[in-house]
Amino acid sequence: MTMGGMTLFGVGQRAMSAQLVRMNAAASNLANAGSVTGTEGEAYRPIRPVFQTQYDRASGLSTTVVSGTQQSSAAPIKLYDPDHPLADAEGNVWAAPVDESAEMVEMLDASRQYQNLVEALSTAKQLMLETMRMK
Amino acid sequence: MGSLFGIHGDALQLRSQRLGLITSNIANAGTPGYKARDIDFAAALKASQQGAGLDQAAAGATRYRVPVMPSLDGNTVEMATEQVAFAETATAYQATLTFIRGRVETLTRALKGE
Repeated sequence: MTMGGMTLFGVGQRAMSAQLVRMNAAASNLANAGSVTGTEGEAYRPIRPVFQTQYDRASGLSTTVVSGTQQSSAAPIKLYDPDHPLADAEGNVWAAPVDESAEMVEMLDASRQYQNLVEALSTAKQLMLETMRMK
Repeated sequence: MGSLFGIHGDALQLRSQRLGLITSNIANAGTPGYKARDIDFAAALKASQQGAGLDQAAAGATRYRVPVMPSLDGNTVEMATEQVAFAETATAYQATLTFIRGRVETLTRALKGE
C-alpha cells in the first residue's frame, strides 16, 4: 500500500507473530503452573516476551517485534511436603510462581490484539482489491 | 495522474498512507513507550496541492496523538480512537475510489462515443 520496504501487510504479519509469541509464552506459563521441583534454583519461572517497536524509515510505517524474553523475578513458592518424592532433606519442595489469573488476562489481551490486526488487514485487503479491480 | 484524476489521485495515496500509519498504531498497541501517530489529512492534502511531494506532505502533516488517558508504560495507543480513525479512513478511501472510478467511466464513455 505504500512505497518502500515494509508494506501494511508486513506490519500486520510481524505484529501478529509477536502476539503469537506472547500467547505461547502465556500457554507455557500456564502449563507449568503447579509443577514442583526439589531445589529453588530448578523451579520454573514464568517468562514474558519483551515487545519493541520496529520502524521502517522508507515507508514511515512501524510494527512490533519480540526483542527477547524476560524471566519473572518472582521467588518460587516453598511448600512443606515431606512425602513428596522430590522433597529435599528438610522436606520442602518448590512450586513454580505462576499467577494463573495474570496469565489468563495476558492470553485474552493477546488474542484481542491479534483479532484487531486480522480485522485491519482484511479491511486493507478489501480496499486494495477494489483498487485493483478498477476498470 | 494529477491532471486526469485531479485532487483524488493525491487524496487516495494520502489516505492509503494514513491507513498504514493507523495500522502501525494498532500493531504497537502493546509496546511500552510507543507514541501513536496520525496524519492530519487536511494539512497533508493542502501541502500536496501547493506542490510538495506526497511523501513530504504526509511527513510534514504527521502528528503525535494526544492520549485521553496516558498509561503508565508510556504507550499512547488507545484502541477505541484507533479503530474509529481506521474505519473513517477506510470509508474515505472507498469514497475517493468511487470518485476516481466515476472519472474513469466518464472517459471510457467519451472514448466509446456512446
